[in-house]
This record gives sequence, C-alpha cells and structure tokens, in this order.
Amino acid sequence: MAEALLELRNLRKNYGALVVTDDVSLSVEPGELHAIIGPNGAGKTTLIHQISGMLPSNSGQVLFAGEDITHLAMPRRVERGLARSFQITSILPGFSALENVALAVQARSGSSFRFLGNASQEKDLNGTALECLGEVGLGARAHIPAGLLSYGEKRQLELAIGLATAPKLLLLDEPLAGTGHDESQRVVETLRRLKNRLTIVLIEHDMEAVFSLADRVSVLVYGRVIATDTPERIRANPEVRAAYLGDEEMV
Amino acid sequence: MTEIAETHSAPAPSLTTRLEIVPLVLFTAFAAAPLLAAYSGAEGYVLSLLTRVMIFGIAAMALDLILGYGALVSFGHAAFLGLGGYAVGILASHGFEDALIQVPVALLASAAFAFVTGAISLRTKGVYFIMITLAFGQMLYFLATSLAPYGGDDGMTLASRSLVAGTDWLENDFTFYWVCLLCLFGVYALSRSIAASRFGRVLRGTRENAIRMEAIGFRPFRFQLAAYVISGMMAGLAGCLLANQAEFVSPSFMTWQRSGELIFMVVLGGLGSLHGAIIGAAAFLLLEEFLPEILHTLSFFLSEETRSHLAENWKMVFGPLLILIVLFVRGGIMGLLRRPHHG
Repeated sequence: MAEALLELRNLRKNYGALVVTDDVSLSVEPGELHAIIGPNGAGKTTLIHQISGMLPSNSGQVLFAGEDITHLAMPRRVERGLARSFQITSILPGFSALENVALAVQARSGSSFRFLGNASQEKDLNGTALECLGEVGLGARAHIPAGLLSYGEKRQLELAIGLATAPKLLLLDEPLAGTGHDESQRVVETLRRLKNRLTIVLIEHDMEAVFSLADRVSVLVYGRVIATDTPERIRANPEVRAAYLGDEEMV
Repeated sequence: MTEIAETHSAPAPSLTTRLEIVPLVLFTAFAAAPLLAAYSGAEGYVLSLLTRVMIFGIAAMALDLILGYGALVSFGHAAFLGLGGYAVGILASHGFEDALIQVPVALLASAAFAFVTGAISLRTKGVYFIMITLAFGQMLYFLATSLAPYGGDDGMTLASRSLVAGTDWLENDFTFYWVCLLCLFGVYALSRSIAASRFGRVLRGTRENAIRMEAIGFRPFRFQLAAYVISGMMAGLAGCLLANQAEFVSPSFMTWQRSGELIFMVVLGGLGSLHGAIIGAAAFLLLEEFLPEILHTLSFFLSEETRSHLAENWKMVFGPLLILIVLFVRGGIMGLLRRPHHG
C-alpha cells in the first residue's frame, strides 16, 4: 500500500455536547477518488471544513503528504496543494468567470504584492484560467459575470477555481447538488477525466454518480465512519444498508 | 482557447473609453481653472478654494481605495490628515521647514500609524471595524489637543509655507496650486494602477468573498493591511498640503466629523471609481461654500428676513440634500453620469 496522500487520525469536532464528527480515521491513497457518503446531518460537510482548515478540530490529526497540517490555516493548506469546493456556491459574483479562475491561478504564480501592471491582461494567468474553464466545459462563458451564470454553471465554475489552484488533492463538497440532469452529466464526465490526474475526495448524495466514479467509499453516520471499502462491497455491506440506506432502494 | 484570450484580454473598449471621459474632463478643468481664475476678479479666493478641493480630493481618494475597493469603512481617516499637518507644523516649529524633510516624515508617520492601528482594527469586521478606527482617530485628536507646546486646542500658525530644497516657491499661490494638482494626479494615477494590479484584484476579491479568497490560498489580512497603509500615507500627504494651504494646523483637522465628511465625499461621488471621490469632494466643498448664496438667490419670492434666515441656516438644507442624493442616486454622482450611457 502506497503512503496515503491524506490521512485523518481520530478527528473530532464537537460544539459543547453536540458531537459532529467523532473519531474519524481515514486514509486517501494518491490517485484515488474517495467518496464519502452518509445521510443528512452525518457531518460530511463539517469533515470537509476540518480537512480544508475552515474549522479547527477539537482533537485528532490531519496529515497531508506526510506533513501534520492540523493547525495550519486554510490558505497555507491550499499552498500545499489541498483545494476545496463549497456545497453552497462560493464565487466572486462581480468578477467574470475568467477572473474568478485567474485569481486562483494568480494565487499560485508569483507574488500578488504587485502594484503595477493590469492583472486582467496577464496572458499567463488568463491562459491557464481558460484551460481550467475549458476543462469543466465553461470555456465559452469565460467573460460572463459569475453572478449571472446559471446555478449549474456556478457549480462548474467552483470546480474550475479548485483546479486552478493546481491541487494535489481536491475536496469536493456535493458538486452535483442542485444541478439539472444534463449539467450533472457534464460534471460527472469532468470528474471522470480529472480522476486520472488528481486525488479527489468527493462528498455526494447522488448514489449513481458515487458508485460509478469512486474507487473507494467511506460511509459516515452520526459523525463516525462505519465502513470504508470498494463500491461493490459497500453496496453489499449489511451494516451500511441498515444504518444508512435503511429501507431506501439501493442503486 | 487562445483566440478567446486574445480578443477579450483587452477590456471592453466602448465601456472604458466612455468612462475615461470623466477623469479627462475633470483634470482638464483643474488645469484650466487657474487661467480662468485670473479673469474672475477674485483670483486668490478661487485658487484657494480649488486648492482645498484638490487636497480633499486626495484624502477622499485615499479613503476610496480601501472603502470602494476593499469595503473597509474607516471612520478615522481624518487622523491621517492631522498626522500630515502636524508633521509639517511641528517640524517647522523646530526649524525644519523644508518639504523634502517634512513630507517623508509625514508619510512615514502615517504609514507607522496605519500599520499599527490597521493591524489591530483589521482583526474586526463590519461595525466593529468602524468603531475601532473611530476610536483610534479620536485618540489622535485628543493627543493633539493636549500638545500644549504646539498650540493644544488652538492649534498653531505656520510662519510660512514649506520650503522646497531651500526655495520658497510654494509661497506663490499659483505654484502651490500646480503642486497640489500634480499630487492629485500622481495619487490618482497610482491608485488606478493599484486597483487594476494583481494586488488590487486580491483586494477587490476579498471585498466580494473573503472565504473564497482564503480557499484559493490568499491571506486577505496582509493585503488589507497593505492597502490601509497605502491609503493612510496618501491621506497623510493630503494633510501636509492642507497645513500649507491653510498655513495653520489644529486638532480640528482630525475631528470625527471630518472623518465622516470624507466618507460622505466618497459616497457622494460614487464608490470605487477614484475620480468619483474627487468629484464627491468637489461637490461637497463647493456646495458648502455656495449653498448660502444659492439659497438666498433661489428664495427671491420670500421676504428679505426669511431669505437671510435661510442663508444663515443653510446646513438645514445641506444635510437633507446630501441624504437625498445618497438615497436616490445609486452609485453617487458617478452613477448619475453612467446612467444615460447604459440606458
């Protein structure tokens, strides 16, 4: 087994007596697409916040590429190659789609303490940004103000912004949430392509997408990981069926 | 892909060139004014009024850089006017009358004050940021009132304007006017450059969504602090000029009312366009200057007594007028200028 790119050790987050994530240990191998599923309120988004550094953990450790990043702030983690998208779309609405992505490229290319020169004209930044937009299928919409994009397009833009930070690992918090059928097909296709180049941790409710994309699946219930396995075995796992899927029809 | 990059990397020309007319007209007007002033019969008065307009234009623009582009509502920006003014006054009283010493000292003092207060204030957000910048401004105000050797409450009169490399060029009102215009243009050009630069883009991005900026790897605090320091230095420069224009420095330079007026100028002119701040400053100061006369003229149908009362209490009209403009003209005066183009 190769050394894990991301390793969570006994991660815990509680608000007083309310335990949101409890003793979560996970390891994500380089190159895999690791999906985390679980019913609403299982603590999936909180876990992403803890991994990305948006929320501090009460105890436990986060290791990224062998380094303990538990106490690093979010920007520092991004510098190390840990990017994320948000469940609730988080973009710069007044900027064009291109500028949203170009800013992310800018964060990784040289100092931003430059007071001269027009940033929106920098060919290197715009070129890379357009590639990222092309990757998610938004190339033609590059110059539309991000606030005017459709909901699905905003989700795709989130993905492009994440890509533009040149991550080693991409944390995706429900990239399909709220998208229409066609759009979600496009995102799934994009993820399938990215999967070969990047390590991805994916939180998603769309089981069809999860089972078709994931190399491994972890099931989070009431803040605890009850199983981590291949999609086929997760589907067959009686404990998962009982705890998570219940009477719901399994895909 | 690259084709798209090529065609669109130039900013949409129609929009920008249209709006560039405004600063062009603005600076042409400032440049032409001294020539016209000679014919007005009240040359000294016109020059000194317009010099004040330009100086406050610099200060308002400094504020616009952080308020309009960074959404940082500093309610203590007059402190920097005071710092600049007192740097000139105090140094002059100790025999350092040359602007080549005074201005760098003023800029350094402003930068230091901005760095320390900014580092503290920027840890807060929203209304707390407003209150804490106000508190720092007031702190400096009370410090100035207690400086007995430098006039305390009453302030101090300068023996003369600053020297420039040993010469007394600035004594000439025309020369001083041109120097102020040069400063105004310099600060404007610098601010425009900053706003469009990589740095400015991070600042604008942070205004829109700070969390997103952190999630792509920026630490917004550093950029906001740098912007706050730059803005403070610009306002400090305005303070140097203001002391020279008035040949007088006093704590009244940095009252909180003055800070409020600066915010008003920026909002009145239109946030986030820089030349809007200059226009706002001009509108504010010119209204303040001429509103009594305008009211007196407009109320010709009233009795002489009422007319003089009205002119005397012009602020009763000034206040509501400003409020109406801000309420009903979204985007301030710049918004008004933009509107007809966009239909």
